[in-house]
Amino acid sequence: MQLTIIYFAWVRERIGIDSEDIDLPYDVTTIAALLDWLRGRDERYVRAFAEPDKLRFAVDQEMVRADHSLSGARELAIFPPVTGG
Amino acid sequence: MIGVSVQEEPFAPAELMAELVEAAAERNLGGIANFVGLVRRDGDLERLELEQFPGMTEKALNGLANEASERWPLGIVRIVHRHGSMKPGEPIVFVGVAAGHRTEALEGCAFLIDRLKTDAPFWKKEWRRDGSTRWVEAKAEDDARAEEWRAK
Repeated sequence: MQLTIIYFAWVRERIGIDSEDIDLPYDVTTIAALLDWLRGRDERYVRAFAEPDKLRFAVDQEMVRADHSLSGARELAIFPPVTGG
Repeated sequence: MIGVSVQEEPFAPAELMAELVEAAAERNLGGIANFVGLVRRDGDLERLELEQFPGMTEKALNGLANEASERWPLGIVRIVHRHGSMKPGEPIVFVGVAAGHRTEALEGCAFLIDRLKTDAPFWKKEWRRDGSTRWVEAKAEDDARAEEWRAK
């Protein structure tokens, strides 16, 4: 299943790309599992995801938690805690 | 009536306030409350760059405006939030609310600014005169304030 992942702020800087389209392995069903899978692919993800409690997520533009299911998701955004306002 | 704008262009808080007061008067809404956030001067800070998640910022702010309007009887909610580059002294965000009375106007306004600080996908980066940069970190206190509104 295709999933678009978008990165923001220092997460984007550490990984080095704005976004990517991936083929989700069938056994990667939650965000937490996806982070582990990405860490295994490249050192840049290890650095970007080194502090999981400094990561926030949005699936199809709705904020969700790390244990959220990726079933049916089209887009996942990964970013630091927001600092607007 | 809900109006949300996410824009790069600067805005004049006084103009937004004048519009809000006129619209409130037209609808006989006697209580108006507002908040403006400015870029604070800080040592050798040259500018702030606000990154945003295009589309989701408007969605999040509209969601909060709707949530506030369901929780309090608000007649008008106006939110303007900038992204891009801004200098010390410039406004970043405007939140304005008009309601029948002061209690709901003041509470609605406070709710909106407290919640947007944890829910709206913007990220601030400081650019200093020596060329160095630093991503601003979210404060635990902001999370606590937003959480209080869930508990009340």
